[in-house]
Amino acid sequence: MKNVAADSPEKQIEIPREALPETARRLVSEGFDNLHCITAVDKKDDIELIYTFYSMDKHACVTVKTRLPLDDLNIESLANLRRSADWLEREVYDLFGVKFLNHPNLKRILNPDDWDVHPLRKDFSSPDLIKKPKS
Amino acid sequence: MVSILTFIVMVIVGAVVLGFIAVSAMFLIWWERKVSAHIQTRYGPMRVGWHGVLQSVADVIKLLLKENITPEGVDKPVWWLAPFFAVVPSVMVFVCIPFGSLFGIDLIPRDLNIGILYILALTSVCVLGIFMAGWGSNNKYSLLGGMRSAAQIVSYEVPLIISVVTAVMFAGTLSMQKIVEAQKEMWFVFHPNMALAFLIFVISATAEINRTPFDIPEAESELVAGFHTEYSGMKFAMFFLGEYTNLFIVSALAATLFLGGWQGPFLPPVLWFLIKTYGIVTVLMWVRWTFPRVRVDQLMGFAWKVLTPIAFANLAVAGWVLLK
Amino acid sequence: METAKENLQTEEFWVNMGPQHPSTHGVLYVELKLSGETVVDCIINIGYLHRGIEKIAENRTYTQFMPFTDRLDYVASMTNNLGYVLAVEKSMKTEVNDRAKYIRVIIAELQRVASHLVGITTFVQDLGAFATPLFYGFREREKIIEFFDELCGNRLTYNYMRIGGVQFDLPKGTDEKIKYIVKYMRPKIDDLESLFSSNAIFTARTKGIGVLSKEKAINYSVTGPNLRASGVKWDLRKDEPYLCYDKFNFDIPTGANGDSWDRYKVRIEEMRQSLRIVEQAIGGLPEGDPTVKIGRIIKPEPGEAYMRTEAPRGELGFYVVSDGSTYPYRLKIRSPSFSNLAVLPELVKGMKVADVVCVLGSLDIVMGDIDR
Repeated sequence: MKNVAADSPEKQIEIPREALPETARRLVSEGFDNLHCITAVDKKDDIELIYTFYSMDKHACVTVKTRLPLDDLNIESLANLRRSADWLEREVYDLFGVKFLNHPNLKRILNPDDWDVHPLRKDFSSPDLIKKPKS
Repeated sequence: MVSILTFIVMVIVGAVVLGFIAVSAMFLIWWERKVSAHIQTRYGPMRVGWHGVLQSVADVIKLLLKENITPEGVDKPVWWLAPFFAVVPSVMVFVCIPFGSLFGIDLIPRDLNIGILYILALTSVCVLGIFMAGWGSNNKYSLLGGMRSAAQIVSYEVPLIISVVTAVMFAGTLSMQKIVEAQKEMWFVFHPNMALAFLIFVISATAEINRTPFDIPEAESELVAGFHTEYSGMKFAMFFLGEYTNLFIVSALAATLFLGGWQGPFLPPVLWFLIKTYGIVTVLMWVRWTFPRVRVDQLMGFAWKVLTPIAFANLAVAGWVLLK
Repeated sequence: METAKENLQTEEFWVNMGPQHPSTHGVLYVELKLSGETVVDCIINIGYLHRGIEKIAENRTYTQFMPFTDRLDYVASMTNNLGYVLAVEKSMKTEVNDRAKYIRVIIAELQRVASHLVGITTFVQDLGAFATPLFYGFREREKIIEFFDELCGNRLTYNYMRIGGVQFDLPKGTDEKIKYIVKYMRPKIDDLESLFSSNAIFTARTKGIGVLSKEKAINYSVTGPNLRASGVKWDLRKDEPYLCYDKFNFDIPTGANGDSWDRYKVRIEEMRQSLRIVEQAIGGLPEGDPTVKIGRIIKPEPGEAYMRTEAPRGELGFYVVSDGSTYPYRLKIRSPSFSNLAVLPELVKGMKVADVVCVLGSLDIVMGDIDR
């Protein structure tokens, strides 16, 4: 058993959400200036946000994880630090309902503006739309 | 009695001219589709008639049966008149186009002694139709198309007319028939001055009739269809007819002014005229299906900074050559 | 003159480009604020092709999800297949045998050529060379599509890669077929390049248009040929080799200015490099059985894996979270076009309407990839 991309050094850090802007700023100043991906996972009790930074000079990647409780889905936006966060955060807001504070334009990006549901949450159900096939 | 006879002749000539325009436009549409298809490694229309020759007839029938949609909020009188403004001047130009002669009859409805001036005046009116369509449609794309078209046609008219003036200077007359006769010994295009004028004429004529690479008024990939976005059915067909009639006219003008018109050995004059005209048409089609489109500012820059100065310089040199 | 200018009332106005428009490459909706012909502001609205593929993934088994990856970037289905299977294989901590790796490389590189052919020729079509270059590009692409058709029976949505291998081994006579494709394609790429590059209008329309600086490209996380055109020498195939890309010799073309011209040039050169890789891979193809060996039921251990691959349009990332069942718990698709499109408003402000079309074409986006 061998890791397919064993030669790509990946580092994971977990931080509380208050530390995110500071951590991000530090990572960017250390050369991890490409905010490649922002995504979230609904862990039922809370929502885990995953930020992937990587550095092209160092050929290295840092994954920053932070957890938000379901009743308080607010976190500082990184859109003013890295422009790529703009759309990626809008997508997470659209699909998970995480509110990014101080985001320049926090609107739904993929789904209609008048929806009030967040489809990728595990508590989202629309039995008429999606039926689980028998495996 | 004389007046009745004149009237009958007028009606016959008018019918012949209108019939020729319709058939010619239909043929050109089919021809354009075939030329473009073979440039693009495909066949084009193949189903209606031999190699799809009757495709245009089928298209005309289809367009006649189409519903005429008037969008809400259009400026009605302007919107309704625009297609006619696009077609009628083009039809009127045929009064002075010398087709040559057949069985001793000169095939030119009326050889005005200011023929070329009359033609240039009428072709300038065509822009009015396009601009009216752009303005009247109440559509931003159409408006942009109309604006572009007005700017473009006015600009390119300058080098166009200067190059025509060069030809007029060589011929010493404004009558179309006499211009052709002046080329009896040598076609004008073989004179270096006139070759340059011919080139300028063809380039600015391409811009005048909005064909690629100067098709910015209808720029499909930018303005959807430009000034005729909102037109459907027969009104759209009128613009189409106008466009292909104009294509025929500029090619006929180029053939008449620079390539000796209907003159040529062996074959009857009419045939010579048609061969030359449709030859130029084919070259214009070839250009259309090969080149990308220029941007609007590049287009204007080219007209004012390149073509117009060259045309004027050419005119001056031609004058000097003629005086010598 | 001064007073005439003062009295002249001008107004800026909004033009809706899309969702139905000939050159937005699908259902993209761009709002343009124009002052005459000059773009003052540009707002992008996406989502018209959103099919909720990430949600669908949570309701399908790992194998059942395969065909959905075809529908992401439908111009380059094979590389989407590849990105997905690599991510799942990474989460299962398994690896395929050498023959399967070589086959995957050959397929992915041929797909890159096919995709760039579409990308470049639609770009030139957007500049107004109506349909002619498009037909030429599609004629060349047809050779590759035919080969894929022989390989797996499909022409656009292949569903060919499998978790743990590929669907079928290469059919008999593939060596000659691929060698023929490479031999056929090289002069055709030269032809296309000379057709476009030597055209004065094409040059005038693309040089210096939509300049994307190095810093801005990284700031927006632009990837793929668009990033390399801005002068960043970064290619996952070279910098973080997956499959067996480290065994092949190829160069990474980069541009100098990051304008539309460079983006076009980089794509042309990448096609040549892809053919080099294909040639080497078919020459050194190992023996073996590339079809699936790991059983029918895919059940990764609980955990997560993030795998990036170099798709024709940039870095395609699949983030797979597994809870130990046969369904992915969460599947995030980090699509290249999504980030590449976000940079458009920066590039077109102050330019003409025609340049918007030019820049959009040179970014080479696919709406299926953006909206997912």
